[in-house]
Amino acid sequence: MGLEQFKNRNVGTQNYKTLDLGKTPTRGLDKFKQVVNRTFKGELFVGLWVTLREMINALFRGEMHTVKYPFEKLPISPRYRAIHDMLRLLESGHYRCIGCGLCEKICISNCITMDTRYDENQRKEVSEYTINFGRCIFCGYCAEVCPELAIVHGPRYENASEQRASFSLFEDMLTPIDKLNLQQEYEGFGAVSPNADDNIKQTPLAY
Amino acid sequence: MSTVNIKIDGKEFAVKEGEYILNAARANNVFIPAICYLTRCSPTLACRLCLVEADGKQVYACNAKVKEGMEITVDTPNILEERRAIMEVYDVNHPLQCGVCDKSGECELQNYTLELGVDSQSYMIPDTKRETKNWSSVLHYDAGLCIVCERCTTVCKDMIGDAALTTVKRGGEALDKGFKETMPKDAYAMWNKLQKSVIAPSNGTEFTDCSDCGECAAVCPVGALVSRDFQYTSNAWDLKRVPAVSAHSSDGFQIYYEVKPTSIEDRSEKIYRVTNEWNYVSLDGAARFAYDFENRDVVKDEQAFEKAVEAFKKAQTIRFNSVITNEEALMLQTLKEKMGIKLYNPEVRAFQKFLGYYQKASGNRFYTTDTDAVMKKSDFVIAMGTALRNDSPGLKYAFNNVQKMNKGAGLYFHPVGDTLIPSFGKNVECFTHKPGLEEAALYLVLDLFADKEKLPDDVKEYIASFKSSEKKTIKEKVMKDVTEMVKDEETGEEKEVTKKVPEMVEKEITIERNGLVDLLGGNSEKFEEVFAKMMKKKESFSMMIGEDFYYHDKAENLAKLIALVEETSEIDVVMAPPKSNALGVALICDLDDEAEGYTVGYNENGDFRLSALGDGDLDMPAMNQQEGTLTNMSKRVVPTNAALEYGGYELNDIVSALIDGERETIDWTVKLPTAKGYKAIAFDDLENGYSNDGTENRGYLLKTSTRKVKMPKVEKFDEASALEGEIVYRCNPGRQFSDFTDKAHEIFEPFGLYASIAKAEELGEKVEIIFENGSIIVDVIVDDKIEGDITKLSDFKSAKDVYTLFGESRYKTVTMRKV
Repeated sequence: MGLEQFKNRNVGTQNYKTLDLGKTPTRGLDKFKQVVNRTFKGELFVGLWVTLREMINALFRGEMHTVKYPFEKLPISPRYRAIHDMLRLLESGHYRCIGCGLCEKICISNCITMDTRYDENQRKEVSEYTINFGRCIFCGYCAEVCPELAIVHGPRYENASEQRASFSLFEDMLTPIDKLNLQQEYEGFGAVSPNADDNIKQTPLAY
Repeated sequence: MSTVNIKIDGKEFAVKEGEYILNAARANNVFIPAICYLTRCSPTLACRLCLVEADGKQVYACNAKVKEGMEITVDTPNILEERRAIMEVYDVNHPLQCGVCDKSGECELQNYTLELGVDSQSYMIPDTKRETKNWSSVLHYDAGLCIVCERCTTVCKDMIGDAALTTVKRGGEALDKGFKETMPKDAYAMWNKLQKSVIAPSNGTEFTDCSDCGECAAVCPVGALVSRDFQYTSNAWDLKRVPAVSAHSSDGFQIYYEVKPTSIEDRSEKIYRVTNEWNYVSLDGAARFAYDFENRDVVKDEQAFEKAVEAFKKAQTIRFNSVITNEEALMLQTLKEKMGIKLYNPEVRAFQKFLGYYQKASGNRFYTTDTDAVMKKSDFVIAMGTALRNDSPGLKYAFNNVQKMNKGAGLYFHPVGDTLIPSFGKNVECFTHKPGLEEAALYLVLDLFADKEKLPDDVKEYIASFKSSEKKTIKEKVMKDVTEMVKDEETGEEKEVTKKVPEMVEKEITIERNGLVDLLGGNSEKFEEVFAKMMKKKESFSMMIGEDFYYHDKAENLAKLIALVEETSEIDVVMAPPKSNALGVALICDLDDEAEGYTVGYNENGDFRLSALGDGDLDMPAMNQQEGTLTNMSKRVVPTNAALEYGGYELNDIVSALIDGERETIDWTVKLPTAKGYKAIAFDDLENGYSNDGTENRGYLLKTSTRKVKMPKVEKFDEASALEGEIVYRCNPGRQFSDFTDKAHEIFEPFGLYASIAKAEELGEKVEIIFENGSIIVDVIVDDKIEGDITKLSDFKSAKDVYTLFGESRYKTVTMRKV
């Protein structure tokens, strides 16, 4: 869009429409007439009817618009960046995090820390993982950088706490194993884009 | 040193003659990609990435030497194509597990893949199952990640000398013939080799038989070789690198302590690993793995501090060892000067005396060379008085490196036979002599290397007195011509055929015998010929001297002989100070011969103990919690920094409470005695690093000086002083130096009596060793690299007081009793 129309400051040549508001009465009688006209035209009841109609719809037809927070909550966008969730693999139930440390590295407020170790199965185990929510600015870089979509932003936006620097441990954020079937796939920043398949280059894996 | 002029990508450089193109480029900050090349080792030509065009021909920069007027182009279209193909090949079947790999972030495969812009893959082959293995108590090998650049095998062979690794068959599928036509030539050749090999211990077993130095893991460009302890504990980028000095051996290697918080609960920092600039310095196992000897969780204990100050006030002696910085040594010396406290350090005293004898006899303030210079130019090394495999890793590496890189030769004189040293090279001759005959070894060196014109007459006569000739009849094989008539079966013609037939003939010959060679356990009949071969094309000679000489009855005479060797031959000498900062202590402190009265022990026994081990009356910071300088074997004052926090009192606090001290320990650095060669440079002005051409910019070199002295008068030696019977040698196992190495959790070598296989069998599991002044009961441990009957008793546990048992000698005749 060009900026021409903003640069044209000659108001008179623009196509403004002026509303026909009639003439403002100046004499006493005209003023009186206007008041009487407006009062007895019944426009008040037009307005009152709208309210009444919505009241009837809400009370008797079940079309209530009020959200009874905190008992009810509105659905939020998948792009909303609230308290983090750690997801599990749907097949095995094992946590997705591989302990690569990229979230820890990219975190601009330095609030992610993890401990890893060499476990009995010769794998890298994340023995502990924490996010300091007193410092987290919910920028979403961690979810975006995560190669496994293990750390994501969940929908839980209530993070008022008794302590300023409350923090979360791995278990707090991890999908409970019994609620694995309820785990939602993340669609926010860092998730696989809908056209991801088109962007994949063919690799010669003939074997 | 002469230089030649070359042009790289149009820019002119003057570089060292005889240098490889790659090194010349690196020295001048020109980047040529290369994975497999290690600066101080021989080129392996495994990666072929360093392909450049020199004077119109494609050559490998790592093994082509610069020539005058050479014009080098780093990138040509063809070379870029080759490099890209090579990198693609390296990425074939490389596991995509960078997320968990320890090398991620400092991985050369990642870096070069990015650098050469590999964003698609054109080659393929079925993968081969490759198992991960633990090679030793410290090494973990993941064959799947290995790109077979052979840096590990090269550094182990050319630098460390253990040659514990080799390439073995992978058993992978053969390459598709079609690739040969379609692929760039070098990439195909490199792939062909890569697909066939994988790394394994060279002894044919599952485990390496080596000194566990971990240098192979340090040079590994990918995550294939990682220390078992470090694996999966941290990402490279999380670690803070603190430049420091290895606290254990006197080599004073530059190291980086890599620290990060211990865990989520414990935010105090912990050392996760030690790394090094592996192109310029190679570490030993103690420097790399003995890092967690810090004195943790110390707070200021005021009462203990008051007591310590009181103890110093009434102390008559301070006993300490060489694990101490120059600054602390200077503080102790200041205490001696101001308060008259005696300084007792038997470990360094012996070395100090020896250095004194040497200075007096030679007129040199210091010995004349160092390990770095030995590696750079020597082609003949002589080592004596040091158990090369145990005492000083730096000397061992230099001795080995000379054999491998400089086409060198070596003589090794030591009473304890060693199977590793001869394996360093074809031209290494070992003399396993009786302890007490070290002077004879030096006389032999005089005989072999000294300019006879310069030698004093009495010495010349003395040496000549060992020479004898005898007549001997030997049977010799002589080829004799025998002519006979042979009838050709086909043609029926008779032909005369001459054949050579061996015949034994008796012959009388004169054998020149050299009594010195025979006395030292050699065979003089053969030695002359062997030595002549060793001496071929040799130009630069050096000699390594070790701790045996400092603890020798005839130390003074030995020092004089060394001075005489230097005076009359072209041999340069390097001496190994016993442990960490022994040279610094020897220079800074006036040590006393005896301790007397109330003694304050600093990391040593005493009536009041200051200890960095956490077991004393007042805690002190350990070497990795201190900043300061050390004086290393190369006569260099090197700065070290504190890797870990320390909350308690330091020696400086005590000194400040006693006399007018300095605010910080490092304020003493500038006051180090200039009369002894130190410079008045403040700690913060000291550099700590290496240049791209390998120049060491750490701290500064001590100022040397030489004055003219008379030719030293040497004494004859007494053959009868050779020790006989059951002999024990005071010597630590490879990675142990002191209580500090013992405290580290990755050092497993136990305290005990190390014996050859046969000797250990004879001794049983446990023995009591009875000395003149006491006895000790120790476990017998097999060291399969020892030869002969002399056993090695560890001294690293100060509580066992092995030093007292040995007194002023490293060898003792003892009685052994099975327990």
